[in-house]
Amino acid sequence: MSTEFSTFINVGERTNVTGSAMFKRLIMSEDYEAALDVARQQVENGAQIIDVNMDEAMLDSKAAMVRFLNLIASEPDISRVPIMIDSSKWSVIEAGLKCVQGKAIVNSISLKEGEKEFLEHAKKIKRYGAATVVMAFDEKGQADTQVRKFEICKRSYDLLVNTVGFPPEDIIFDPNIFAVATGIEEHNNYAVDFIEATRQIRHELPHCHVSGGLSNISFSFRGNNPVREAMHSVFLYHAIRAGMDMGIVNAGQLEVYDEIPSELKEAVEDVILNRREDATDRLLELAPKYQGDGKAAAVEDLSWREQSVNKRLEHALVKGITEYIIEDTEEARLAAERPLHVIEGPLMDGMNVVGDLFGEGKMFLPQVVKSARVMKKAVAHLQPFIEAEKSGDSQSNGKIIMATVKGDVHDIGKNIVGVVLQCNNFEVIDLGVMVPAAKIIQTAIDEKADMIGLSGLITPSLDEMVNVAQEMQRLKLNIPLLIGGATTSKAHTAVKIEQNYDHPVVYVPNASRAVGVCQKLISKEARIEFAKALSQEYEKVREQHARKKPRTQAVSFEQARANRFTCDWENYQIATPNFTGTKTISVDLNTLRPYIDWTPFFLTWSLAGKYPRILHDEVVGKEATQLFKDANQMLDEVIKNASLQAKGRVGIFPANSHFEDINIYSPNDTSALIGVAHHCRQQTQKPKGFNYCLSDFVMPEGVNGKDYIGAFAVTAGIGEDELAKAFEQDGDDYNAIMSKAIADRLAEAFAEYLHERVRKELWGYAKDESLDNNALIAEKYQGIRPAPGYAACPEHTEKQLIWDLLDVENTIGMKLTESYAMWPGAAVSGWYFAHPDARYFAVAKIQQDQLEDYAARKGWTLEEAQKWLMPNLQD
Amino acid sequence: MTQAQKKLTQLAKQKILLLDGAMGTMIQAHKLDEADYRGEQFADWHCDLKGNNDLLAVTQPKIIKDIHLAYLAAGSDIIETNTFNATAISMADYDMQDEVQSINLAAARLAREAADEMTAQTPDKPRFVAGVLGPTSRTASISPDVNDPGARNVSFDELVLTYKEAAFALIKGNVDLIMLETIFDTLNAKAAAFAVDEVFEELDLYLPVMISGTITDASGRTLSGQTTEAFYNSLRHVKPFSFGLNCALGPDLLRQYVAELSRISEVFVSAHPNAGLPNEFGEYDMEADEMAAHIEEWAKSGLVNIVGGCCGSTPAHIKALAEAIEGCKPRALPKLEVKMRLSGLEPFTHA
Repeated sequence: MSTEFSTFINVGERTNVTGSAMFKRLIMSEDYEAALDVARQQVENGAQIIDVNMDEAMLDSKAAMVRFLNLIASEPDISRVPIMIDSSKWSVIEAGLKCVQGKAIVNSISLKEGEKEFLEHAKKIKRYGAATVVMAFDEKGQADTQVRKFEICKRSYDLLVNTVGFPPEDIIFDPNIFAVATGIEEHNNYAVDFIEATRQIRHELPHCHVSGGLSNISFSFRGNNPVREAMHSVFLYHAIRAGMDMGIVNAGQLEVYDEIPSELKEAVEDVILNRREDATDRLLELAPKYQGDGKAAAVEDLSWREQSVNKRLEHALVKGITEYIIEDTEEARLAAERPLHVIEGPLMDGMNVVGDLFGEGKMFLPQVVKSARVMKKAVAHLQPFIEAEKSGDSQSNGKIIMATVKGDVHDIGKNIVGVVLQCNNFEVIDLGVMVPAAKIIQTAIDEKADMIGLSGLITPSLDEMVNVAQEMQRLKLNIPLLIGGATTSKAHTAVKIEQNYDHPVVYVPNASRAVGVCQKLISKEARIEFAKALSQEYEKVREQHARKKPRTQAVSFEQARANRFTCDWENYQIATPNFTGTKTISVDLNTLRPYIDWTPFFLTWSLAGKYPRILHDEVVGKEATQLFKDANQMLDEVIKNASLQAKGRVGIFPANSHFEDINIYSPNDTSALIGVAHHCRQQTQKPKGFNYCLSDFVMPEGVNGKDYIGAFAVTAGIGEDELAKAFEQDGDDYNAIMSKAIADRLAEAFAEYLHERVRKELWGYAKDESLDNNALIAEKYQGIRPAPGYAACPEHTEKQLIWDLLDVENTIGMKLTESYAMWPGAAVSGWYFAHPDARYFAVAKIQQDQLEDYAARKGWTLEEAQKWLMPNLQD
Repeated sequence: MTQAQKKLTQLAKQKILLLDGAMGTMIQAHKLDEADYRGEQFADWHCDLKGNNDLLAVTQPKIIKDIHLAYLAAGSDIIETNTFNATAISMADYDMQDEVQSINLAAARLAREAADEMTAQTPDKPRFVAGVLGPTSRTASISPDVNDPGARNVSFDELVLTYKEAAFALIKGNVDLIMLETIFDTLNAKAAAFAVDEVFEELDLYLPVMISGTITDASGRTLSGQTTEAFYNSLRHVKPFSFGLNCALGPDLLRQYVAELSRISEVFVSAHPNAGLPNEFGEYDMEADEMAAHIEEWAKSGLVNIVGGCCGSTPAHIKALAEAIEGCKPRALPKLEVKMRLSGLEPFTHA
């Protein structure tokens, strides 16, 4: 349409009980879900503002308005646009104003009940910070002629601007659109009155706006949509030129001005502009000729099925739809010269669209993984045909060896990166988990790989990555090395890894970065520039790192120990456990389900945000909701088929501390030492606090008898590998990754569940505790369950003691790798402390004196101690 | 307009004004215990008071006043009252909702005393007091119940009521300005502005209002989901003295949103970022000189009229800021076209 039209604001009118029978029905039956869909659809269809009206005699309009506006506030794809709060009752309007954080429009106020009320309401609206629609209505009634319309608007304007101080740009006049061609002569000029009043208002009352409800104009032609649409279009055409800049318009009831048949257009124009006395009669005569059904209603959207096969493939890839992929791929194959061309042509084109959208942040990781699932299905269908033809290689972007390093079993992140790279036409050779350096390097040589990607989650993996880099150097490889995983960092890569290898070493912070990095590395030209920039960047990181002064001063180990946490041990009430010894715990997954902390689950998929807020997040909410649904569906399946099992071991033992050690005794003979746990003490200056060590929370030897300590090891990953493998073989990476992510969450949930049972029942020091899951996740309970390898007890080999005390491997089959990672990967192990002051802390950096002491206590050489405590040593 | 207000507006046109820094971090450094918090006045209070920092205006006035004085000595033109949580909603955590007035009054008077003492020492550099209304611990436009997105645990009317109570007491304590700070839900701030406007009308005394929102994360939105410009449009009707951003992010991450505000705001622009982001131990790492370097760049780029520090900043930071902005010209106020500026979560401007 015309340029003027581009500044015309279309207000959505479907969420109006007086205007939409369907919306009214939904509200009356309290189907707010469906009512929200109506609002969402309007915004999706381009409404820039939505009008909400609940004026219905049989309804508590105020309550309905509040309820609906509050619900809209939780729907970012609706609440991104401003709201027009529409009611004839002031109380409803005011209640609505108290619910919207944005700047809204009130619809409406007028001089109908006199100046006093008008001023009062206007002042309130200003204080609430809203714009307002003002009807051309006064004590005498609704304005019909141009003179009356302008007169009332002028009076309202002066009162608002001069008396109330209302911003003129926030005033929207509605000079009343009335029906024309009604057969009553006085009505014939109504359209002209509106248009001319509009012109005068916009001209003489600076900054204000003019709006109106369009459908009134054609009221007398109800049932004849083509004529009504033509009337709307013609009226708008002239009203907009006169200055009408807003309107409640159903875009579906609007013909394009230039496409109205000229005969009809002229007849309508005669009516609207009141150009001839017999205009109404002539239009009535013409109308039956255009009688029709109006526009066909939009059907459920399968229209993409009617596009060309290439477009259909693209659509299926972008939307992640597997339903038709085989039949479409087959159709493309039959049309193609060679089956390979289908991959290189439409499928890769589609994946490129996916890659671009992902790169622009318009698609999210879970969607991309679903796209990959579609791609794999298509490729699997083509594979036999390609094999049969046996000619030519597919031209891949490059070949990448990927592996989780020796000693580590965590691979969710690596698998995601692998999928994303495959989506971008890289050939990925995934060596799996716990892969020794020699195998990684040999495969790279044999396969003539273009680069190697390493992943790891636990801290000892950092060392192993250094080892791989050193080996690559020694064996004279010259391909780039990529580093990723939760404990890796740019600083570590720069300071520890990069200097060991003469060729590019790149830290890749997340999956979305992987593609860009690999593409640069694979290109001969870009690689040189990139490598140069990278090594300069790492040099800078190293300099910064070297300059970084310790935030807090270190103290000597003796001083730290002197400042240990202590309490009145003489009078300390030992929490005597209800049970000592060890026990196997089997638990039903249904029991664990409510204990799941979902926030980290979303992080696994690179969707950042706190659950449950993330489900309504503006940017990722839709994807998060879908992902959450998929996860719960899989949980249902897993529970039904018992494809994952949760098993755990727990034990409670008599114990006493001896400085940083905890001596653990046999439950049957409290003089028989069965193990010693070794801990580290915080060694930075704590002017007002303590230098904590976990041993501080256990009564020291020789004070007042035996205190207690607990230990646990749980997994929800029994069956995890098989489950994931089954999906992988089916080409379904999405569900393969999903199953591992879920097993992970269940293991954490198990740890939370078991800790609760320990507190309330097995140890029983907090029998009366009553906390919901949020409080549990926030750890608002007495006692802690620190895990070896994490902040309070950072040294991984201590897990071995837990394994020995609980006989974990023989009883439930959980194992430790040579780097002390747990298998199955979905596992948690740790200690229980019941002391009321027990708290989590980070050991952070320790000094040489403590390192020596620790080595002596563990019976290690200094080198061994350095190796295992590396993350806690000053660099 | 009072004499102080005229002076303030005049000053803001001449130079970049300096706010103070964090109160909470400074209080933490004193490692106060339960007894310190209780003081003599609340020695027998029936629940724990440790952590009720706002109460310290009553029980440990010297500590609070000394922090004010330290910031004034570092060069702050405007200090903020220690009343971030002094609303009935937040005080209910300590069952102290009946003490809201006395706490606000005491805090305002302490800041007033400190500012006046400093002004007396350096009459050529007058100091001002901003009475702070915090965001409260509840959100009027976000549901506390996952299963019922339409539910709310605080209403607009409840917020208006408690904000009025606090504002009355602050004004009674002779503050020069009112500051709505750390706004993460715009609807709460709209209620605060509504309350303040009513109080002004009842007292027939109109103080300048500073508005300062919080962008909670890298998405560039408030907690309640609004973009910077949508947030501005929602509160523009207040005709505030200044519009700004504080907390949540360090200066590096906050800059783009301050720049955005600088582009769209018809009034003075303020910014008081955190001293970086908290590290894994919850400490703020950014040193004074690093923070000052950021702020100096903002000042030289003409983005700001008022600067200061939020969480993690200390008098040392403020002193460094004072040196950094010395001689820098304040941002010139732009003349924007008159347009209807609406908003949902996103801005919508109509010609």
